[in-house]
Amino acid sequence: MTNAADNTASSGALPDERGHFGKFGGRFVAETLMAPLDELNAAYQKYMCDPEFQAELDRDLACFVGRPSPLYFAERWSNEIGGARIYLKREDLNHTGAHKINNTVGQALLARRMGKTRIIAETGAGQHGVASATVAARMGVECVVYMGAEDIERQAINVYRMRLLGATVVSVESGSRTLKDALNEAMRDWVTNIDNTFYIIGTVAGPHPYPAMVRDFQAIIGRETRQQIMAMEGRLPDALVACVGGGSNAIGLFHPFIDDNEVAIYGVEAGGDGVETGRHAAPLCAGSPGVLHGNRTYLMEDRDGQIIETHSISAGLDYPGVGPEHAWLKDSGRATYVAIKDSEAMSAFHSLTLTEGIMPALETSHALAYAEKLAAGMDKEQIIVVNLSGRGDKDVNTIAALEGIEL
Amino acid sequence: MSRIEVRFAELKSQNRTALIPFVTAGDPQPDVTVPLLHAMVAAGADLLELGVPFSDPMADGPVIQAACERALSHHVTLHQVLDMVREFRQQDKTTPVILMGYLNPVEVWGYTEFATAAAEAGVDGILTVDLPPEEAADFTAAMKAVDIDSIFLLAPTSDESRMRRVSEVASGFLYYVSFKGVTGASHLDVSSVSSKLNELRKHTELPVGVGFGIRDGESAAQVARIADAVIVGSVLVSQLADLADQPDRIPSTLAATVSGLRAAIDKTS
Repeated sequence: MTNAADNTASSGALPDERGHFGKFGGRFVAETLMAPLDELNAAYQKYMCDPEFQAELDRDLACFVGRPSPLYFAERWSNEIGGARIYLKREDLNHTGAHKINNTVGQALLARRMGKTRIIAETGAGQHGVASATVAARMGVECVVYMGAEDIERQAINVYRMRLLGATVVSVESGSRTLKDALNEAMRDWVTNIDNTFYIIGTVAGPHPYPAMVRDFQAIIGRETRQQIMAMEGRLPDALVACVGGGSNAIGLFHPFIDDNEVAIYGVEAGGDGVETGRHAAPLCAGSPGVLHGNRTYLMEDRDGQIIETHSISAGLDYPGVGPEHAWLKDSGRATYVAIKDSEAMSAFHSLTLTEGIMPALETSHALAYAEKLAAGMDKEQIIVVNLSGRGDKDVNTIAALEGIEL
Repeated sequence: MSRIEVRFAELKSQNRTALIPFVTAGDPQPDVTVPLLHAMVAAGADLLELGVPFSDPMADGPVIQAACERALSHHVTLHQVLDMVREFRQQDKTTPVILMGYLNPVEVWGYTEFATAAAEAGVDGILTVDLPPEEAADFTAAMKAVDIDSIFLLAPTSDESRMRRVSEVASGFLYYVSFKGVTGASHLDVSSVSSKLNELRKHTELPVGVGFGIRDGESAAQVARIADAVIVGSVLVSQLADLADQPDRIPSTLAATVSGLRAAIDKTS
């Protein structure tokens, strides 16, 4: 059952009407974007309570995305680790291979109702770009995807997929040539083409209402998980684990469980070469609060407030900020944020692939690596749910190159 | 009266429109900036906008982005920008200096601590482009406490309620962004700017400057007929980029451009 309108399981109290999660979030953009964001917020508020919109969203999630995604007991992998029983929420089985499509399907429906005829998006690993190009193709509208030049090199397959779907992929050469620069460039496009353009942000960051809106479209992950684990185990899990770049797959899983204090929540950031080396992408573990990309949140920044370059094996986690709701969950103590190194993620990638026949994305592999550690210290009666946020096909070239294998 | 108020009052009594050039501090290298500011004042600048370099200038086009990157390659921090203003003030006690940039460097410093340091250095106003009035209460209070004006943007998308809201919190002058887009683009439509300014003046007594898209004497003169100040940025920053390898030529070249704009503006008054 995929009832997107049923949001009763989650706290839903935050953000406030101006988009604040405690001291985080808000709307920090130039004046030109304030009116378009008001317009977007009004449409989002209206349609989230509109039964016709929700019915269409439910149909798309069922028939186009392929929801509900299974909750799968990874028995061999759990046995090999020898601790808690680990369930995988199979977002990798969604159309286009990741959780990103849950959000782009929802925002596309909004775009159509708002009369927008052009879609733009930023992308890191390319999963959100592909998911945006997919819904644009289905709507028959123009789609422009901004992608850092460095990411274009390491995610060539997704770049080609976007082009096959009719999207224009614009290579962003400024700054660190990764996701944050793609976001800057998409914002510049939006401010120039506000009248006809809908900007589909792919994560729970950006100015209000994006963090709340993207969360609400992704919360289907947690709502399904709740029903599925109750059906399979008759109780809630002991722990949830998900990787966090901007944090949309994580918030999607976490949000419907926030009021269930018996469920521990772990967000896993990209530790790169190790947080102690400074070469990482773990703002919640090792950053400080600041303002970037329209919201106040934890950032990777120097003491002068300049954003510093991040490092991660996975393009989708290679981002110096994080969604403001995660910043709030960290400060409130409700969720715990940890970092996993590139090498640990690689090892978990191989481990899951070999024991379960499931090839996870490198982003997801960070969550899996932490779940391994966590499970090992728990007992067989305990349950962990890991969000298997995306599949690893896109990363095969990267992994081969890292291991010195020529394809 | 603040330096900004004094300057606009003088200009009004002379029936002249202000010319406000923008350059990024430390572009293309730190030692260029102070001599350049003096040269622009000598060439006819009435107020100065000094850009604070930021790693992620979301509201700027490629020209000012590149300027930020050049300045940041010399590690120009907000502290150094204040040092430049302090040095400028040793010789020039009257020309208002407005810092323009993004919120995060100020946020990280701390509003009150920054405001104290900026006032002491001789800063007169600050415009943080990604800080709308809705989020600005603490910021404007900290600036007001040290008599620094908080300058705010208005845009073609701003309706009457936003004009009122911005006018309530702004001081010094208002900065009207002439078109929907980023700095350095060229979509200037003077007649639509003119009708928007008429609307805006119903809500504010503050002087109104117009920026974005002013590329030459002709566009400067057109805007000067309807605005209290003409703000010119990307054209000057492009010249800085072209002369990055010959910094000695920067002050005189930009001064020549400023004096050309000055002449075009003054012909209209």
